[in-house]
Amino acid sequence: MVKKQKAKARDALLGMIKEQQDSQGHVSREAMEHLARSFSLPLGEVYGVATFYTFLSTKSQGRHVIRVCQSMPCHLKDSGQVVDWISQELCLEPGQTTPDGRFTLEVTNCIGACDQAPAMLIDDVVYGGLDPQKVAQILRSMD
Amino acid sequence: MPVKQLLSRNCGKIDPRNIDDFIKAKGFQSLEHARSTMSPEGVIEEVKKSGLKGRGGAGFPCGAKWELARKSKGPNKYLICNADEGEVGTFKDRYLIQNDPFSLIEGMAIAAYAIGAAKAFIYLRAEYHYLKGLLAGAITQSEQKGFLKGLDIEIREGAGAYICGEESALMNSIEGKRGEARYKPPFPPTSGLFNEPTIINNVETLANLPLILGKGAAWYQKLGTGQSKGTKLFCVSGDVARPGVYELELGSSLWELVDGQAGARDIKLVQVGGSTGRVFPADRLDTPLAYESVLGSGAVMVLDQSRDVVEFVHRTMKFLNEESCGQCAPCREGTEVMVEILGRLDAGQGVPGDLRTLEYLSQAMMLTALCGLGQAAPLPVLDTLEHFRSEYENRIGQAVFIRSLKALGA
Repeated sequence: MVKKQKAKARDALLGMIKEQQDSQGHVSREAMEHLARSFSLPLGEVYGVATFYTFLSTKSQGRHVIRVCQSMPCHLKDSGQVVDWISQELCLEPGQTTPDGRFTLEVTNCIGACDQAPAMLIDDVVYGGLDPQKVAQILRSMD
Repeated sequence: MPVKQLLSRNCGKIDPRNIDDFIKAKGFQSLEHARSTMSPEGVIEEVKKSGLKGRGGAGFPCGAKWELARKSKGPNKYLICNADEGEVGTFKDRYLIQNDPFSLIEGMAIAAYAIGAAKAFIYLRAEYHYLKGLLAGAITQSEQKGFLKGLDIEIREGAGAYICGEESALMNSIEGKRGEARYKPPFPPTSGLFNEPTIINNVETLANLPLILGKGAAWYQKLGTGQSKGTKLFCVSGDVARPGVYELELGSSLWELVDGQAGARDIKLVQVGGSTGRVFPADRLDTPLAYESVLGSGAVMVLDQSRDVVEFVHRTMKFLNEESCGQCAPCREGTEVMVEILGRLDAGQGVPGDLRTLEYLSQAMMLTALCGLGQAAPLPVLDTLEHFRSEYENRIGQAVFIRSLKALGA
């Protein structure tokens, strides 16, 4: 009897979806289908995980993902304006990606940088105490 | 009560990248002491005697929880460090990891010894990815120096979900699933991660252990109040001159923290414990910060007189609605309805009966939601309805006036 190839340990799924996100900039349908096969899981199960978490996206994202914190401590320090500054500088709304694929802009919930409010994450880096000049300078410094 | 430097004793004083600094500051002595002179049961007894309770928000007695896991049968037991600091306004665990990651590792090794776990996880939120290298370095150095004999510590990262700070959702996430809360019982000490006995402790809780084992429970339990022993890291944000992390003895007043330490002026309200935390008006700031009164995760957010209460609660509810995992109806639908009503009130479109509906819905959610998110979501609504009722009523009584002002763009 031919033994079925053993499916991968279920608990590795989230990590492998994250790897897709990091290397491809999003989690494509093909990637989900591939993962479903290698974990012997229904596609819906993989899709369910991939769409549960906000740092995973099934849509293509920019090279850099900007996440402006909109939680109360940052809101009290006018985080709404930070979104406006970035929108103006890059001509895009939250949820959109620049046509050149450089940036995706998102608003996010508390990033734990409330002592530096208003704050944002670009990829893995925290930028706090933001003002229009600082935001413009940060954006221009990115490739 | 005075400001203390116990948990934060090493912060800013040692190089968090260099284990030798930590060892020079008496690091790992508590672990060595526990391993060489105490049985696991003895360690649990000492932690029980200290009165240490969970610092993540729920406040469960630490030693009692460990005892349950110790006594549970099973070949594999797990220890999980909850570093999914997602509660709004909380950044103390980030502060501890950034400044003194070794105290956390030492605390984890003590906890693992006590409950009999050979495998431990640190569940680190995706937003804190920049701390991963520092933490991994601390683990590797501790291994190389031989402090982690018989214990494997693995970092697992989240992927962005507030609910994963809830322990059962966190375990589902480590298992590679959607981070949805589980029904309880069974509780994690009997059946948790991979259905094995599991202990989940917050970063700050674990960082207390080297202190307790080093100086003894008798010393530790002299700090604080009857039901609240030790010190706590508080994260102050919002309308204050000096936002940041402050370590205070438990039982210190809210006033001492926000006015004395953080320099808040013209206070309208303070929310303690994050988005689902209790709300205190300016005349209640003599409240002690303790498990008996109010504590939560240690998030303390100050709003000054210029702030609008209804807008604040509406925004908070939008957050909770967004982060509800959607599994149980009371939370999924309850937060949805609350967002709708609060949104109408905020926009000056409230109708008579709105406040009664909010109160009625609150009771249902607190009684029937599956996990802490839905159960606690109504608290800021109820607290502000109690202390700032006229502001809500004005939104209904003066609805026409508010709408015209908005239409004029005023």
